[in-house]
Amino acid sequence: MALAKEIHGAYSRLHTNRLGLWLFFLSELFIFAALISSRFYLQGFYRPAELNQLLGLVISVILVLSSLTAYRAEIASAHGDQRRFRLNILFTISLGLIFLIGVVIEWREGFHFFPPSTGFGTLFFTMTGVHAFHVLTGIIALTILYFLGRSGRFTSGSYWGVEGVVKYWHFVDVAWVLIYPTLYLVS
Amino acid sequence: MAALTGIIKGLIFALIGFIFGGGIGFLLINAAGRSGTNEPVIALGYLFALIGWLFGAGLWDAWGREWVGLPARKLEVNGWKRYFRFCTNHKVIGVQYLVTFVFLFLFAGLLAMLMRTELIAPGQTIMGPNTYNTTMSLHGIIMIAVAVATIMGAFANFFLPILIGAEDVAFPRVNALSFWLLPPVVILLLLTPLFGGFDTGWTAYPPLSVINATGSLFFLMAFITFGISSILGGLNFITTVITQRASGMTWGRLPIFAWGIFTASMISLTATSFVAVGLIQVVLDRVAGTSFFNASQGGNPLLYEHIFWFYSHPAVYIMILPGFGIILEVITHFSRKPLFAYKWVVGSFFFIVFLGFIVWAHHLNTSGMSDYLYIPFMVTTELISIPTGVVFLSALGTMWLGRLWLRPPMLFALGYLFNFLIGGVTGIFNADVPTDIHLHDTYFIVAHFHYTMMGGVIFALMAGIYYWFPKLTGRMYNETLAKVHFWWMFIMFNVTFIPMFWLGINGMNRRVFDYPEALGGVNMFVSIAAFLLGASFLVFLTNMVYSWLRGPVAEANPWRARTLEWQISSPPPEENFPEPPQVVGDPYGYGIPGSVHAVLNPAGSALNTGGG
Repeated sequence: MALAKEIHGAYSRLHTNRLGLWLFFLSELFIFAALISSRFYLQGFYRPAELNQLLGLVISVILVLSSLTAYRAEIASAHGDQRRFRLNILFTISLGLIFLIGVVIEWREGFHFFPPSTGFGTLFFTMTGVHAFHVLTGIIALTILYFLGRSGRFTSGSYWGVEGVVKYWHFVDVAWVLIYPTLYLVS
Repeated sequence: MAALTGIIKGLIFALIGFIFGGGIGFLLINAAGRSGTNEPVIALGYLFALIGWLFGAGLWDAWGREWVGLPARKLEVNGWKRYFRFCTNHKVIGVQYLVTFVFLFLFAGLLAMLMRTELIAPGQTIMGPNTYNTTMSLHGIIMIAVAVATIMGAFANFFLPILIGAEDVAFPRVNALSFWLLPPVVILLLLTPLFGGFDTGWTAYPPLSVINATGSLFFLMAFITFGISSILGGLNFITTVITQRASGMTWGRLPIFAWGIFTASMISLTATSFVAVGLIQVVLDRVAGTSFFNASQGGNPLLYEHIFWFYSHPAVYIMILPGFGIILEVITHFSRKPLFAYKWVVGSFFFIVFLGFIVWAHHLNTSGMSDYLYIPFMVTTELISIPTGVVFLSALGTMWLGRLWLRPPMLFALGYLFNFLIGGVTGIFNADVPTDIHLHDTYFIVAHFHYTMMGGVIFALMAGIYYWFPKLTGRMYNETLAKVHFWWMFIMFNVTFIPMFWLGINGMNRRVFDYPEALGGVNMFVSIAAFLLGASFLVFLTNMVYSWLRGPVAEANPWRARTLEWQISSPPPEENFPEPPQVVGDPYGYGIPGSVHAVLNPAGSALNTGGG
């Protein structure tokens, strides 16, 4: 009877959580879809020459790298290797913070060349801002994971929290992979 | 006191959050050297107040504690006090939704009475243009919320898990969260008149919504908050239907109401986050000085109309699909016949979801959008009559040669079919570009969407209330009063709204407190009819309140229906089913010899749910 309650129908709690998370990503995807279509609707393919291409490329690479370390943290957790898990979470948090610092530098330059009241600036600040907000929430979630991991909350058989946050981090990464070309590469 | 601890803590935390967020806003205004606006303070203050409210009201106890390694606290209260707390039981949340939204419905109905009082004669009668516009806008947005969330929030929460043989929804805490996001919405909307009101209607088109009084900001934040609640609800119901079905509840045996909720949830999950971006863009234009909709800086107000209707047209199917579900349930149970063309109806629901996403620009026929968009959107819009026609055929085919049992739920279902038919047929004139250019923004549109929304969704809601009331409360209502309510509401509804088609064709504009002298007589008639329509709800309210408190105890299955919710006691026990039921056949096999829907006690004696 206890088992029947735990596995209600054909889906376990883990399957249910995964499905919910993916539906959440689908919903979030529509937010980025709306932002990207706004960009093309209002500004077409316009791109100011003052955009700092080098900085944009560097922070993109950093964010993609952070997905790698996040993945390694998840695998370490699956194998029950708590030390490597915490190390890779710390790497991921650091790379995320570096990304945010990059965005701040970008914004400082942006205020000078294309302030938020201008056509391109409106989209640039909104899109990077919405994305940076997602990065920030991801970093907060990773920090919570780090401390929960340190107190021994996750085991190799039970690490849904890790899996969920890491998947979210990948999603935030993918969102940037969509935003970056929209802002920096089209012309 | 135990009942109110959550609410009091929520309010205190909200206040702290508001001071914190508002402080940040204040510092930002000073840092940016902008003066003469306090809207950043309000916007940031509200953001943190909302978080504070949710955590105080129960999110922290039920969930947040786990994030810092503490065990979650179980809710210690029982009985009626649970209805005021962050309770994760789907039946409690269903009742919370139902009561909240029935009161909002009656309140917005009173606003409509105020509007009709103003419109009883040409010129200013009781209020000026600004007050009228705020009244109209509040009536609009509250009724939209009622139509979106009452069937989804109340009946889907209470009955969907039971219909599919589950113990609860997939994510009970998310479910409670989506309800507790609603009190801030109500408070914000009620505050709007104190901050200059908002005169944009519920559509909030820029540039007006960017430059008008601060009340508009309150409205936008309320809409966004409501959107989050709606997204979480949709996510929960999709996951519930996919993962929580009882053993044997295959997709082909799913009750049609569950299909209506499932397809409507697909829309609310996706389209709602799209519109949130449009609303956030207006907020940013107001608060942060961006220029999404400022044409002199390269913005374009048309962008908003596209984003808004990309959600808001599908949103009418968030309202209608659960309504279709209830109506078809009621018609099949009260005709004692299997649901006609079940698979085609399910297919039509999906087709409606798909088409709903590619028709939005028919709301923009007079907006000055590009010429090449008119014909494609006219064609896709008129295509929608095919799947809705299938739903009608299913309703008629089910009743064909059936023994109709004209109890109150069935009466409302039949009224629904009549009203929705008029709403649908008049929709063709709005979809056709040549006629719509004349009819756009007139009372013809008002009459059309009231025939689909009030004549449709609200009649479906009433059918649902009269159908499920005995199961929800464990008590039976007064049948005579229910029938009086139906005939009174049905007749006065038609008497009120039929003349509005004529008013619209003759040039009466919507959203204006005044109209040409020549239309005075008909407007007087409409206003009096509207007051009588409003009065019919007094019968409803009396019946409901009295029956809930003092009505006779209801049987477990007063309608002798076959679906799962009627096989358990009224009201249902805490865990719905003593053990997971085993579904073995079609839910609608009325009159089919030997047909059984489910075995409730698979291990023990065969307490099955056949017959009919």
